[in-house]
Amino acid sequence: MGRADPRPADALRRAVPARPPEPGRQLVTLAAPNPAPKPGRPNPGRPNPAPTPATDPAAATPSGAGRITSATGGGHRNRRSPLASVALHATLVVASVIAVFPVLWVLLTSLKPAAHATTTDFLRDTTLDNYTGLLRDTPFLTWFGNSVLIAGLTTVLGVFVAATTGYAVSRFRFPGKRGLMWTLLVTQMFPVAVLIVPIYNIMAGLGLLNDPVGLVLTYLTIAVPFCAWMMKGFFDTIPREIDESGMVDGLTPFGTFRRLVLPLARPGLAVTAFYCFITAWGEVAYASAFMVGDENLTLAGGLQKFVNQYGAQWGPMSAASVLIAVPAALVFLFAQRHLVTGMSAGAVKG
Amino acid sequence: MAVQTGRPVAGTRGGKTARGPRPGPGTPSGGLRRAVSTHWYAWAMVAPVVAVIGVIIGYPLVRGVHLSLTDADERNVARHIGVNNLPATYEFVGLDNYRAALTGDQFLSTLGWTLVWTVSCVAVTFALGLGLATLLNRRIAGRSLYRMLLILPWAVPGFVSVFAWRFLYNEDRGLLNKLLAGGGIDAVPWLNDPTWAKFSVIAVNIWLGVPFMMVALLGGLQSLPGELYEAAEMDGADAWQRFVHITLPGLRPVSTTVILLSTIWTFNMFPVIFLLTRGGPGEATQILVTQAYKFSFEISPRDYAQSSTWGVLILVLLMLFAALYRRVLRNQGDSW
Repeated sequence: MGRADPRPADALRRAVPARPPEPGRQLVTLAAPNPAPKPGRPNPGRPNPAPTPATDPAAATPSGAGRITSATGGGHRNRRSPLASVALHATLVVASVIAVFPVLWVLLTSLKPAAHATTTDFLRDTTLDNYTGLLRDTPFLTWFGNSVLIAGLTTVLGVFVAATTGYAVSRFRFPGKRGLMWTLLVTQMFPVAVLIVPIYNIMAGLGLLNDPVGLVLTYLTIAVPFCAWMMKGFFDTIPREIDESGMVDGLTPFGTFRRLVLPLARPGLAVTAFYCFITAWGEVAYASAFMVGDENLTLAGGLQKFVNQYGAQWGPMSAASVLIAVPAALVFLFAQRHLVTGMSAGAVKG
Repeated sequence: MAVQTGRPVAGTRGGKTARGPRPGPGTPSGGLRRAVSTHWYAWAMVAPVVAVIGVIIGYPLVRGVHLSLTDADERNVARHIGVNNLPATYEFVGLDNYRAALTGDQFLSTLGWTLVWTVSCVAVTFALGLGLATLLNRRIAGRSLYRMLLILPWAVPGFVSVFAWRFLYNEDRGLLNKLLAGGGIDAVPWLNDPTWAKFSVIAVNIWLGVPFMMVALLGGLQSLPGELYEAAEMDGADAWQRFVHITLPGLRPVSTTVILLSTIWTFNMFPVIFLLTRGGPGEATQILVTQAYKFSFEISPRDYAQSSTWGVLILVLLMLFAALYRRVLRNQGDSW
């Protein structure tokens, strides 16, 4: 069980990402001088015994990074050996390239004429034809609108519901709480397969097939359980004294929640919003099953059309991929400052 | 939450640890009315979730279980043809579907591959995520840039990434094979050969999953107190010992949760398989979830009963896994 942090201020301060070290200090490191060694590999550059602060020119406390709470931050101050530095950067560069390349390649492909879509040149006859063709000749904008509507609704409702639930299980003891927590966890396990036919039938019965509302409701069931867990973790880091002071001043539990606690939980709300949005923006199974007909498809359904129906048109498909990824990446950028804190806050059980 | 996971917790704190501003009695003796007056706001706050989950998950679940005990398919469920409403004519068949699934080859072979897929994806993803989180947790030039780049696979919607990979994997014109051809190596049938296809889908899923692991574990690392490392160093522990004896135990609360979640997610990972290979070639990469979906929506006549049966079996397997996981954690002294 996560014990409440006796120093909540630190938890909040950690939401601010540490700034990278200043230029003049790049060789000075607080880290242990070698990357976490892998078993069975000899360690390059074993550390020398830690020099005494008095003789170590680099012993000055680094400025700007606030309190260093990093695992490797400590009193250990010596220069990382050049070899270890190179290895560290090389590893990170290789990993970054692998992470970025597939996405980058699609972006580059979308800027080539369709005839050259599969060439290996990075750039060739750069053109925007794929984009203009996509917007002009396919129902892409309709799909895009559908996805925006569905993801937007899911986000708004999901944040609201996850926040209230998370707050209730964080602060109150009430009959049914344990059961609720477990239910939230168990719903994560529900396979699409067991639910999709019955939900399909319910939606058909309610006339919600091919209707955004049906998908929004479905997505809420996917996103809310996890988000409620995360929000609970966030609320746990907010000191109870704040609630108590609200009560003392005569606020109702709802008033306390709305006026005092929610503003403090903004990072948590950002993470929750991000998660709801991404869930709705990128879901495939329900969207493929519930939505038919060109005018009702979401982006996930629409993109499949380029593969099945027209035999993989890489040009328009890469352009569509870029246009789909951009909004998601923007939402992500907005939320990512809080992600690290958010994930770790929610990941701890309580 | 920034937990202080300085020392491994000794002993468990089982039972309820809820702390309310007014810790009311767990079960009020004054009956329902007092319970309502004490807890109405808490219940009001969780009501929306309960309602949504009840309607969209509770009822379908019951119905799914019911369907799995019948021989329902496309031809015998209630349906409309024009203006005629045809009533349902499917019959109750008891546990026949389960017997068929558990004794037939298809379910067991699919289950085998699903287990391989889940274990290999989660293990590799966790190892890579932990490695990268450890590297990013040092003071290093350009740390924020690295973090942004490494998180990218998570920021791009999954189905877009999967299409990107399809593009790279394409046997005749994909970039990977062109690069191999440049090196004089024969084209690899990335998605058209059963073994290669399995390798390919696992690779894509790992690529998709590492950023989440990395971010979660990085958060855990940043909440570990530096003093412990100093003390360990004073005592002469080398980097590897510090990693094993401080970092790993300190990350336990985070890592147990992310491993549980990512196991469940991977087991039910629909889009990667569905969009990359459609379960092919043949049924080589079909995991339980995609196969159950196929029964419902891709074959004719649609076999609702078999699909629901597989779905219920998936759920039972995951519940067993979660219960077992909890028990193991309990025995190791974590209070869950």
